[in-house]
Amino acid sequence: MGGMTTHANELAVDVRGLRKQYGDVTAVDGIDLEIRPGEVFGLLGPNGAGKSTTVEILQGKRSRDAGEVSVLGSDPAAGTRAWRSRVGIVWQDESAPAELTVGETVRHFARYYPRPRDPEEVIGLVGLQAKAGSRIKALSGGQRRRLDVALGVIGGPELLLLDEPTTGFDPAARRQFWELIRLLADEGTTILLTTHYLEEAEALADRLAVVARGRVAATGEPAALRERYGTDATVEWTEADGTIRTERTDTPTRTVAELMHRFDGEIPGLRVSRPTLEDVYLRLTGQEDAR
Amino acid sequence: MTTTAVETRTGSGTVRLPGAWGLGLGRGALEIKQFFRQRDQVVFTFAFPVVFLFLFASIFSDDVKGAGITASQLYVPAMMAAGIMSTSFQSLGISIAIERDEKVLRRLRGTPMPPAAYFLGKIWLVLFTGLLETAILLLVGTSFYDVDLPSDATHWFDLAWIFVLGLTACALLGIAISSVPKSGKSATSVVVLPFLVLQFISGVYIAIDTIPDWMLNIGALFPLKWMCQGLRGVFLPDSARILEQTGSWELGKVALVLGAWCVGGLALCLLTFRWKNRRDG
Repeated sequence: MGGMTTHANELAVDVRGLRKQYGDVTAVDGIDLEIRPGEVFGLLGPNGAGKSTTVEILQGKRSRDAGEVSVLGSDPAAGTRAWRSRVGIVWQDESAPAELTVGETVRHFARYYPRPRDPEEVIGLVGLQAKAGSRIKALSGGQRRRLDVALGVIGGPELLLLDEPTTGFDPAARRQFWELIRLLADEGTTILLTTHYLEEAEALADRLAVVARGRVAATGEPAALRERYGTDATVEWTEADGTIRTERTDTPTRTVAELMHRFDGEIPGLRVSRPTLEDVYLRLTGQEDAR
Repeated sequence: MTTTAVETRTGSGTVRLPGAWGLGLGRGALEIKQFFRQRDQVVFTFAFPVVFLFLFASIFSDDVKGAGITASQLYVPAMMAAGIMSTSFQSLGISIAIERDEKVLRRLRGTPMPPAAYFLGKIWLVLFTGLLETAILLLVGTSFYDVDLPSDATHWFDLAWIFVLGLTACALLGIAISSVPKSGKSATSVVVLPFLVLQFISGVYIAIDTIPDWMLNIGALFPLKWMCQGLRGVFLPDSARILEQTGSWELGKVALVLGAWCVGGLALCLLTFRWKNRRDG
């Protein structure tokens, strides 16, 4: 597996010390990323964490203030046509020519690329067969997003950059979209997607970077992140007077043993829980109190 | 679901990218399709000059004193010039501003489409709609308002170069002004207001001999006045020359000013054209 025209040991995306400032606001404050060919990589973080800015810099649409960026071996700021033909982009709140039909638009965009996918196949992949003859202005929000995805993959990209692709999708459309991403990943496409949906990152990404306040708070496989940052457990029980107590501990077994001793038998309302990836995520992004 | 596309993405590293000319033709066909599907665009840039010709030429139809023509005849070349500017300057100025605001341009920039293909597409659109508009106005003018088709090759030639130079200059100015409005919503007023003012001071709505000289002199800084004047030279008898400021059609000067605007407009476009909105910095 892996990008066929990328060198096997070369990173698909290599970012070091990336910085971007908007006036007084530092949007990206020293981000490092390494994405391997063929990998599905999730950039996870709350709104305003710097995800979109990072992706837009990788897409070549935004300038950076500092740092080294290599996407498929090139600096996106100097992206040539040949480079653009290898990178697929799905934008956040993007629009397409409203008066054209879905079919006309996808077929036309296919002409821009040296080796496009079959337009009819792509329309089918995103589930818009029934809408192929409809004007874009007549599509629903979710259908438009699916068209955005279709236009992002029509060129048969080696690397696909998706910025919050499923925002505004209903659950069924989201599942369908996940299937599409897995299919593309199986074909060897390297995929970078930003999301603030944790379940989405967990379902799709081989590896994650959690971004908060313009920095990478943690990187790794979803399960590894949970283990590394969620070694503790929470023990919950009900006191004799009815108050519910919780205790966070690295040694839950000992806590339960002590409680057993105190209550002499069954512990009322006992619950022992390991942190979910969501707990880890909220801790890493400093939003723990928001729960 | 099928997984047939794998093989197509392997192969040699050198890839032939589609050429700008072919893509430009494709974009042109698409632009024309889009234009005629937008009813308000068609009415606004296409039907306006025809309706205005009908109104003005029917309301003002008396003989123009000493010029050997009727006021209706005067309005035919005037509206043709306005039609050329409408289908180029106004149409492009508004549509590109909207495309930029709605991020259609930014999306195109993210594809391997060569920028030249985008502009070629706009040229085909403007050429197509401009020719159609001119043909319709000519048909109305010759059918109802006593204007004759150019009588000889020289006059046809004059019509051709005035059309091409005027359309080019106005199209380039339209592309340039599309960068001025802050949003797609404000595009119409930003583009239409100067166009409307120019039509008043360039001899489109009001006969050239009734406009104060200082106004005409301001109008003379822009292409429209010269397009009107050149087209009057093509379609009106020589007796009507006395209406002109200098008593002559000044075709050489018309060519010079329109040519200069083509060069200046191109420079302006190259300096100001942006693929994204100011907010998207």
